[in-house]
Amino acid sequence: MRYLPKSPAERDQMLEAIGAQSIDDLFSRIPERYRLQAPLKLPGPYSEAEIVRYFSERARENSVGYSSFLGAGVYNHLRSVVTDTIIQRGEFLTSYTPYQAEISQGTLQAIFEFQTLLCQLTGQEVANASMWDGSTATTEAVLMAERLTRRRRILVGRSVHPQYRDVLRTYAKSSTLEIEEIPFGADGTINQGSLESQIRDDVAAVVAQSPNFLGAIEDIPALAKTTHSPGALLIVAVTEGVSLGLVRPPADADIVALEGQSFGLPPSYGGPFLGVIATREKFVRQMPGRLVGQTVDTDGRRGFVLTLAAREQHIRREKATSNICTNQALCALAATVHLSLLGKQGLRELAHQNLSKAQFALAKLTEIPGVRRPFGAPFFNEFTVALPRPVEDVNRQLLGEGIIGALPLEPLYPELANHGLLCVTEATSRGEIEKLATALRAALAAVQVEA
Amino acid sequence: MSDKITKATRHVSQNEGLIFEKSSPGKRAFDLPSLDVPPVDPQEVLGDRHRGEGVAGFPEVSEIEVVRHFTRLSTWNYAIDLGMYPLGSCTMKYNPRVNEFIARLDGISTEHPLQPSELSQGCLKILELLEDCLREITGMDAVTLQPAAGAQGELTGLLLIRAYLESQGDPRKTVLIPDSAHGTNPASAVIAGYRIENIQSDSRGQIDLAKLRERVTEDVAALMITNPSTLGVFEQRISDIAEALHSRGALLYMDGANMNALAGITRPGDFGVDVMHLNLHKTFSTPHGGGGPGAGPVAMKKILEPFRPIPVLIGKRNGELALEENRPQSIGRVKAFSGNFGVLARALAYILAYGPGIRQATEDAVLNANYIRKRLEDVFDLPYDLPSMHEVVFSDAWQKATGVNTMDIAKRLIDYGFHPYTTAFPLIVPGAMMIEPTESESKEECDLFVEAMRAIAREASSNRELVKQAPHTTRVGRLDEVTAARKPILRWKGTDHSAA
Repeated sequence: MRYLPKSPAERDQMLEAIGAQSIDDLFSRIPERYRLQAPLKLPGPYSEAEIVRYFSERARENSVGYSSFLGAGVYNHLRSVVTDTIIQRGEFLTSYTPYQAEISQGTLQAIFEFQTLLCQLTGQEVANASMWDGSTATTEAVLMAERLTRRRRILVGRSVHPQYRDVLRTYAKSSTLEIEEIPFGADGTINQGSLESQIRDDVAAVVAQSPNFLGAIEDIPALAKTTHSPGALLIVAVTEGVSLGLVRPPADADIVALEGQSFGLPPSYGGPFLGVIATREKFVRQMPGRLVGQTVDTDGRRGFVLTLAAREQHIRREKATSNICTNQALCALAATVHLSLLGKQGLRELAHQNLSKAQFALAKLTEIPGVRRPFGAPFFNEFTVALPRPVEDVNRQLLGEGIIGALPLEPLYPELANHGLLCVTEATSRGEIEKLATALRAALAAVQVEA
Repeated sequence: MSDKITKATRHVSQNEGLIFEKSSPGKRAFDLPSLDVPPVDPQEVLGDRHRGEGVAGFPEVSEIEVVRHFTRLSTWNYAIDLGMYPLGSCTMKYNPRVNEFIARLDGISTEHPLQPSELSQGCLKILELLEDCLREITGMDAVTLQPAAGAQGELTGLLLIRAYLESQGDPRKTVLIPDSAHGTNPASAVIAGYRIENIQSDSRGQIDLAKLRERVTEDVAALMITNPSTLGVFEQRISDIAEALHSRGALLYMDGANMNALAGITRPGDFGVDVMHLNLHKTFSTPHGGGGPGAGPVAMKKILEPFRPIPVLIGKRNGELALEENRPQSIGRVKAFSGNFGVLARALAYILAYGPGIRQATEDAVLNANYIRKRLEDVFDLPYDLPSMHEVVFSDAWQKATGVNTMDIAKRLIDYGFHPYTTAFPLIVPGAMMIEPTESESKEECDLFVEAMRAIAREASSNRELVKQAPHTTRVGRLDEVTAARKPILRWKGTDHSAA
């Protein structure tokens, strides 16, 4: 087998050195009746060419060639080939968690840079590296707020990603947390009046997402004011990090839970992505996840180490701030490379293209009779549209034109029948937007004729 | 550099500051295609309330500087691609490059998790085949691929147990965990809402069966066991342990971190385990990437299947595959979307490369560990002498008299060109030296490691300070971790320009 670096003769020499008659001797502690007598029924062994062929065949059974307008927490952005080139360097790809600092300075310094970039982006003072994804980062932010406030009630906007709310409910079921939802108002953002009536001094945290799941940008300063008055913490989830190139960062939040997929990671059918928690320095000892700190070596040279490990499971066991161990370090490196490439100008231009294309798409689509945007709040690169027909029906016709249309919202929000969520990024061409508009117009017109 | 160090030598290591320290206004490393729609005025679209000022402090550098910056950083790391990485419990094996290639194919990396299932059949077939393979390897009835990492697999497994017991009208509050367990076990059990009771290992490092029987009350939901244990020893009485739990209505959870000792040889499902997680970034070769990403699928017996987290992979009547969300008995969602798909695809590529021959990988992993044990047992103390599987745990007891401890020996290994073994774990071994070579090491590499360890053992008595002050060949010496934790500097603030 090509991955195994031993000849039969070498195996024999090693067995002889051990003093074993056969390899089976080394497994003698496993009771005979549990030792497999027949080979496992697994496909293979495959050569490298056969492996590539298998996955290439599977790839062709997916959506190659379709134009997609899906976002909803996973975004199709342009990525420089530099990012993947760097993260495939064996020294990054095939190294472990940097516990042995002297021979892990590359990973450690890159993480330190990542933490800095994320602080700059979110307007927070400290960022970890990393959580599993945005959904688990949001849940961990809530658990962190519970520890910080010693309160148990959590208010979560219904405009927060439905899957993020699901994950929070899963974790809450085995805790003492009480989750309550805050409705959204006519403009698509959290209803301030409802929040004011729901918030009390037993609330640990208010959770908002911005831009929210419906695409609308939340009024973070206003939410912070209402949240802080009874001493609760504001948690802001960000699923589309590119928005931070133009949209005011959630600096008024106490904890930011960010999904970093937009920073150089492909959609990859849902993962691996990149969760991050950013917060204020005073909360750092209740933070989950790994942190890198700057220090000096025995000769006074600058160096970096994993630090504040007394929060973590390998030291504190059942008293740790989280059970997280393996995280998304290579994804954090990808984001560090990607953001370094973008730089200050690049991020702003990228955000501007997203904003411009989404505005163009909205204008094109709302020219079509019966298509409107129901919510008035400003949006970034995603927006909700209301159609005169069920979105699923329309989507079936669009698929025939090679287009993956809006995400149907009714299964997630029963009150939003015939509503869909559309996303347009810098990777969406004007031609694709115009094709969508033409196909949507035809799909809706065809039904009018039938009617 | 000592002339007896044969594996490593010196080479030039480039200095490099922080990326922020290379920044100069106007430099850039990325160009977008020109905008093909009318540009909007952000002020007008977003309004005063939402318009940001732009990110302050972001670096402005060119492409060559980015490439050099990260390439230079990379050279400061040790890696499997450079040599043996014998971290016990971490299974640092070769990460096949074809796995990276297939995960990046158009039609694999490009797919959106919410796209229609009829346009996702390729992805879903990959998930289906991986589920089938993991069921076969573990001897279990059902698998969920959702958990993002081993610790989330533990949590998921415990939530399955909880949901099952509650459905039986028999909610229980306690989980038993051996003192040799990974730290994630108790941390996960607490999140799952359980009270922890630690159980002491017996004098041979095994589960004390008689004591266990006393501890399994009607309040015990499960025992979390690692098998082989973190000492690298197979729990020979595993079926008695399972019986002790089952007879009192409790379940057996297995931490599958050490599955690299078992794949193709024996199956947890056959020896009484009810639920277990696998670390695909250990046994199934997906790269550790400096700490992640991983994936922590959970394999289970039939009684737990109804409670699997959503989404659940199903076959539809028309023969197509789909992800089902509507599962009333499910524990819920543990992570957004459909697992760490890219990691899952890599693990499948690994399994396909071996097929049934995965047994040979396991045999070689166990052969390497036993070979190293045999060749070192006259110079290092072996606190527990039961036969080793895929890893061996020595202690620094024989060196301690000279003032040299496990951390010193580990640091000195760096000078010899190796990554250190795992230090200070498992907790039941004071001064532990936990060595897991994996199957990826040749006899030559194992021999070099053995010679390095033997040389360091000699140095411990002949040249104590050489070992105490190690490493001597790295770009930085031992770092001040105490100050790092007391006065944390967790981001660059633009004030420190000292050279790296």
